[in-house]
Parts: sequence; structure tokens; C-alpha cells
Amino acid sequence: MTKVNYIEASGRVHAVEAENGISAMEAAVKHGVPGIDGDCGGAAACATCHIYVDPEWLAKTGPAADGLEKSMLEFAEDVNERSRLACQITLNDALDGLVLRLPDRQH
Amino acid sequence: MTALASATAKATEADSLPLDRIDVSRAELFERNVEGDYFARLRREDPVHYCAESAYGPYWSITKYKDIMAVDTNHQVFSSEASLGGILIDDNIQKSGGGGMDLPNFIGMDPPRHDEQRKAVSPIVAPANLARLEGTIRERVGRVLDGLPVGKEFDWVPAVSIELTTQMLATLFDFPFEDRAKLTRWSDVTVAEPGSGIIDSWEQRNAELMDCANYFGRLWNERVNAEPGSDLISMLAHSPATRNMTPENYLGNVVLLIVGGNDTTRNSMTGGVLALDRNPKEREKLYGNPGLIENMVSEIIRWQTPLSHMRRTAIADAELGGKTIRKGDKVVMWYVSGNRDDEVIERPDDFIIDRPRARQHLSFGFGIHRCVGNRLAEMQLKILWEEVLKRFSRIEVTGEPVRVRSNFVRGYASLPVKLHAY
Repeated sequence: MTKVNYIEASGRVHAVEAENGISAMEAAVKHGVPGIDGDCGGAAACATCHIYVDPEWLAKTGPAADGLEKSMLEFAEDVNERSRLACQITLNDALDGLVLRLPDRQH
Repeated sequence: MTALASATAKATEADSLPLDRIDVSRAELFERNVEGDYFARLRREDPVHYCAESAYGPYWSITKYKDIMAVDTNHQVFSSEASLGGILIDDNIQKSGGGGMDLPNFIGMDPPRHDEQRKAVSPIVAPANLARLEGTIRERVGRVLDGLPVGKEFDWVPAVSIELTTQMLATLFDFPFEDRAKLTRWSDVTVAEPGSGIIDSWEQRNAELMDCANYFGRLWNERVNAEPGSDLISMLAHSPATRNMTPENYLGNVVLLIVGGNDTTRNSMTGGVLALDRNPKEREKLYGNPGLIENMVSEIIRWQTPLSHMRRTAIADAELGGKTIRKGDKVVMWYVSGNRDDEVIERPDDFIIDRPRARQHLSFGFGIHRCVGNRLAEMQLKILWEEVLKRFSRIEVTGEPVRVRSNFVRGYASLPVKLHAY
């Protein structure tokens, strides 16, 4: 199990214990974290799971991948160098304690 | 008995043809509401289907959810470029040469031009702007609903669906409000083919679109010389990505935004009324728990699928579902079919307002061309149903809907209804 902390724009924290191997989007949807929609089901094809990786964790998650993830983030709101699509982050032991911040709303 | 008899007749019709003779592009199938039987057969027997002869030339039909997703997210191979035929099965809608005219716009472009032009207009439907629009939309919805007759039959389509979507468009363009009916007409005309009942000839269509170009040209000239505003025309006139575009490209983007904001939401507004009337248990659920509205909105958009298809052109050979699609082939993603694919969506023919994962539908497309206004559409529908529930105990459908004869816009010309007070 991997612990993930999702922090809403308002500061509210949702701490989730998720199984390894699923994505940070799936974990959020499964545990009812508001603000992560995941409309495409995890194909990096809708950009409705846009999150910001906390600076301390960015080295472990890595930045957005070239290809569809980066292309889709082009059209999301308020994107910065810590922006990722949560569906493209697969949970594993190395990410235990991961901190992800949510935008105001998904676009 | 009648319903049963006609269901049997429909199954016979779709099953009676040899597979290679099936042509799902025939607009009259949609008008008669039998296209679903054809797509069910294709999903079952030949999900990536080649039609060698049609009014639009040869084309591939992609009918399963996952295959559609694969095409939609692979813009490197499946191009939207207008000069190759664009995003509709009928090349003439976006391209001259066969009767129509060139209407280049960002939905009919590949990266990088697509990205630049899309980004010029997307701020208008960004979360902050939507929050600003919410109050205006709610007030207008309230006013339109309060003006409707209770207990007396009327046509929901012009009175509510067209009126609300047209008002919304006029606001987004900051278009002269008294002329807003023109927007509806231009929306219909843009995606119409001769014989659709909307236009008689390509010449007529092109002439009406030139009126549209002239009207919007005047608005451009006003806005380009004024301070940048927050309406779509001003955004296009001032953005570095679009301010130097050709008049054709401007007209293309204008009609894209008109159709995108009009034909779609309009028909989901009508479709929701029909779906709730046909599913009284779902109506009970809704009135028992108005908190379901948000989820229901996604279900309405899936169930209705207001745009039946999007088209791409292969610019390289590709394998899909065991078939080889060749460079240059026309590839049609039938969203209306993928949204009924039981491999991905449980009980897909049923309208279920508390469906889990209702947002996972194809109606907005996926990938870089995904509907830019999807959040606005959802907000309009949500507000409509919130305001309906405050006022009426039921919207009763009192006759058969008249469906549009189109393989693209899946919608209604009319829907007779009667409102019930609480």
C-alpha cells in the first residue's frame, strides 16, 4: 500500500491508502477525492486529472512525459513545470507519502 | 405490441443486409432512429468496418469504444487537417471542390497550428470565466422557463433548447442580441448538406455562410480597433495566434464555435427531456434526490451523443482491430456507437442517472481535439435541470420527437411537451 496525500486548492487534505500498481488518478477516484475527474479512464486523453506534484516529490515522479501527456497538459489551466496527469503516475513503494496538489477546478 | 413489432422490424432491417453492403452514413437511418441497430451489428460482427461505396466515397467505420479511443488519441497518424477532408465524413463541409467552401479552423488542423488557435479561445471556457457566467445563465434559464405555458402542449425545441443555447452563444460572442436567431440559422446551415431539409443546394449554403462572414467581419473590425474584451471575437482579433489569420480561417473558427456551442447542447437539452419521460423510474430518482443532477448531465450527454461522429484521415498505414487502414483512407469514429459498447459501458442502452463513472463517455471526444466547451455545456445543462426541478413536477412528452436527418448532428427538430405544475 502507498499513502498519497491529495491537497485541495482550499488546503483540505485527503490522505488515501492505495494499492500499488494503480495510478494516482484511480486512487483518487476510488477514494472519492473531489476534483479529479478522470473522464478518459486513464488514457492521458482528457486532462481532467491535472495535479501539481509537490516539489519534494518531483524527482521521484518525474516531469510530464513527452507525447500525449504533455500535449494534453497544453490545454489544461494554470499549467507549470510540476503539472502532471495523475493517471500517468503509477503508485509504488518509492512514492509512499506522495503529496499531490489539486488545481481550483479541472478544465 | 406496436413497439415490439417495430423493434422486430428494425432488427430485420439491420440484419438483412450483407455486411459489405452496410453503409451507416445514410442520414435517413438517423432520422428514423434505426442507426443503433446497424451499429450494434457492426460492433458484434465487424467492429472496424470498411464501406467501399457511399455518398461520401469509401470510409472506415470505427464502432467500439476502445478503438475510437485509439484513433482519437493518435493524431500523428489520424489527421484532422481540413484540406484532407477535415473532421466530418462529408469532405464538402470544410473543403471546396465538391460544392462546399474552404472553412479552415482549429478543429480541422493538426499541431502546432491547432494548439495555437485553440489556446486563443479556450480562456473563455476556463473555470474562472465559467464561474462568472453562471449567474447570467441561471437568470436567463429562469426567465425562459417562467415564460412557458403550464398544462398546454408546446414544442420544447424552439421554446427552450434553441432559445437558451442561442442566448448563450450571443453572450460568448457579444453578438447583437436582437439578431441572435441568425446564429442558430448559421449553425444549422454550416453542417447541412443539400437535401437535409435545411438547404437546397451548396450555392445556397455558401451564400448564407458569406452573409455570416460579412456580419462577423463587421464585428471583427469593431473589436480589433477597440480595447481587448472578454468575448470570443475580441479574443480572436487580439490574440497573436489568430489576429493575422485569413478571412477564411476566421469564418472557419466562427462557424466551429457556433456549431460547437449550439447544435450540441441544444440537443442534449431536448434529449434529457425525452430520456426522463421514457424512464419514469429515473425521473422518480431525480425528483427524490436532486443531488443526482450533475451525474445525470453526463448520462444525458452519453445517452444523447449529440454529435454522432468525428472523422480523421490516415496519413500513414495503421493496424486497427485486425484490419489495415491505408494512408489516405477516411476513418470515421462513431461516438454514438462507442457510447453503446457493452464491453466498456454496462447496460449501455439504458438511461441510468446514477450510473457509476458516468463521465466516461465519448461524446466530447478524447485527445487534443476534445471538446473545448465541455464544462460550459455541462454547466448549462446542470442549471437547466436545477431550475426545471424548482418549477415543474414533470415535463410530459406528448408526441413523437421529429429527428434531424443528419449523420453528424444527432438531434431533434421538434419535441411536443406539456409541463406539469407541482
